Amino acid sequence: MHLTRHRIEIADLLAEVQSPARGGTCVFLGTVRTDADITAIDYSAYEAMADEEIERILAEAHERWPEARLTLQHRLGLIPAGEASIAIAAAAPHREQAFAACRYVIEAVKERVPVWKKEIHADGASTWVESLS
Amino acid sequence: MAKVSVRFFARYAELAGCSSSAINLETPATVADVIDRVREVFPGTQAMPPRPLAALNQRHVKLDATVNEGDEVALLPPLSGG
Repeated sequence: MHLTRHRIEIADLLAEVQSPARGGTCVFLGTVRTDADITAIDYSAYEAMADEEIERILAEAHERWPEARLTLQHRLGLIPAGEASIAIAAAAPHREQAFAACRYVIEAVKERVPVWKKEIHADGASTWVESLS
Repeated sequence: MAKVSVRFFARYAELAGCSSSAINLETPATVADVIDRVREVFPGTQAMPPRPLAALNQRHVKLDATVNEGDEVALLPPLSGG
């Protein structure tokens, strides 16, 4: 299960991918920005499909970079500004593979995983985000 | 006739006024036919774009994909994960 409603613990992701054989580890962290008067973002998902799609993306990355080990967590629910909504860890024998695999996964997630953001403003109003950000 | 379940997410659930439903339609039918029927049954969804993103049984599909009895069609607002 790649979806969580709890704070993302990067140490847990690192423990899943690191080994003495993998000399390069790359972590991507996406955090909720304090744009304008946004205090939090409420993340929702088509959870069953999101988890499947993430599995498919990780499998594609594994096929392209067989020596890399990857993991991903996406947080759902109300996430306050400054906290992470997504974390990806990629470890590989060399840094080029780790960076490339990590980049591939975040770009595919943005494009394909059914997750939606609702921005919560300081005055309590909320708006759906419907453009890539 | 085929019975297809339909799921709405995020803003589209607000437009439809529900998060899931089932519709019956003449076969052969495509995802586009399901969307046409949805616009009739849930008038609020007429505010969706002409060609919304759709998934069939949890996979992204084009609107000309064929639907069968028991399938699940999900209508997805523009994705904004990450």
